Amino acid sequence: MSERIVIIGAGQAGAQAVATLRAEGFAGSIAMVGDEPFAPYQRPPLSKAYLSGAFERERLFLKPDAFYAETKCELILGVGAKSIDRSRRFVLLSDGRTLAYDKLLIATGSRVRRIAVPGADLKGIHYLRGIADVDALRPAFTKGARLAVVGGGYIGLEVAAVAAKHGLDVTIFESLDRVMARAVSPQVSAFFEDVHRTAGVRFLMNTTVEAFKGREKLATIRAGGATHAADIALVGIGIVPNVEIAKDAGLACTDGLVVNHFAETDDPAIFAAGDCTRHTGREGDQIRLESVQNAIDQAKHAALAMVGKHTPYSEVPWFWSDQYDLKLQIAGLAKHGDKIVVRGAPASRKFAAFHLRAGRVAAVEAVNAAPEYIVGRKLIADRAHVPPERLADTTIPMKNIV
Amino acid sequence: MPKIKYIEHNGKEHEVDVPAGWSVMEGAVKNLIPGIDADCGGACACATCHVYVDPAWTAKMPPKQDMEETMLDFAQELEPTSRLSCQIKVTPELDGLVVRMPKSQH
Repeated sequence: MSERIVIIGAGQAGAQAVATLRAEGFAGSIAMVGDEPFAPYQRPPLSKAYLSGAFERERLFLKPDAFYAETKCELILGVGAKSIDRSRRFVLLSDGRTLAYDKLLIATGSRVRRIAVPGADLKGIHYLRGIADVDALRPAFTKGARLAVVGGGYIGLEVAAVAAKHGLDVTIFESLDRVMARAVSPQVSAFFEDVHRTAGVRFLMNTTVEAFKGREKLATIRAGGATHAADIALVGIGIVPNVEIAKDAGLACTDGLVVNHFAETDDPAIFAAGDCTRHTGREGDQIRLESVQNAIDQAKHAALAMVGKHTPYSEVPWFWSDQYDLKLQIAGLAKHGDKIVVRGAPASRKFAAFHLRAGRVAAVEAVNAAPEYIVGRKLIADRAHVPPERLADTTIPMKNIV
Repeated sequence: MPKIKYIEHNGKEHEVDVPAGWSVMEGAVKNLIPGIDADCGGACACATCHVYVDPAWTAKMPPKQDMEETMLDFAQELEPTSRLSCQIKVTPELDGLVVRMPKSQH
């Protein structure tokens, strides 16, 4: 009988795995289960072009329907996977069906972290993770509406940018002392705060939301000991990996489902990829990445391992964010204690911050600066030593930096 | 709907209808035409949707923005006709456009 592969999770990683499995000649059956009623789609545009209305829903889908017919991938949508029976090798679905597998890919992704304060269930409080979230949020995006953004991360800032452009009155509540603190250097945080302020966005830094108040719907927010009026709130305070099904099946999970360089779990029949995983990064530390790049690359390695063509995952992580007319491109992972070298003037709206660790280029954050990003990504991959004064010297083109 | 012809590196041709407003990259991806990866989905962030525009169409091409220009600088096998297909918006004027794919996007 031909081999059966089941994929739990119909997102970016799942879709990539199907493509790679077939490209590598896998001839058995593939079934992919997703709890949203949609075929795999792109999440990044949700907080940008889809929210602003520039992108219709149809454009979000990663693959046309013909892809699933051509790859003979059975799509089971709007159905959750409930549990995995590892000894008998089947997945139990929420509708009572079972799917037998020879190899299983867990690509369950992540979900938003919910805010646990009084009033958090009031109408008017939104999160942003899926198509349905944006469809619910968009009608509230009316000119003059007071939007409270809770959390100054990528999602919060991207939504703030779209909202400011649409004429909403935006306030960002951030519990730390700067925006995107987990992802970028202080120099880049400061730059983006300035850009948002210029667009009319207000910031309340070092301010933790204590409660949402209102009768039927949100009216005010209690934060930092003061009360702030708000018509809608968008909470973007991070994501949580969907590991429950793996954990319940006895697979090792420590803030993410643990996989090795080949995207294998400790069960030889089970592989995992994307936001839900935890793996050893290029620097040797345990990391959990929340990104398109990780979903794509790890899924490719998982699919390769599933067909017996093991190749280690060692790609440099990369990320991007679009806010106003600015493109922020990031490669590598910043760490506390990195030496930051700024190349170019932030005031020119075109600059980059390089992170040096023990003299080597470890990460770069580039604002409207594609050469710095592209070359930087290569320098990180090569673990290159570049003197800081050279990196900072804009008279040396990036092409000739080494 | 504008028609676009995509020619793979091996010479295989695909002529498909692409809605105006979409990008040339999306036209390829949504029609399962191999040779364009577009990992970032069209955000001009990954440079894996490189194409060569048929010289007959050069004059009708929308101009390159800075970001595309610099991203392209680092593409493999760059030619004067190189573009990032995610940055070419399909319009009725581009009906009949011909693009060729490079050997590899990486």
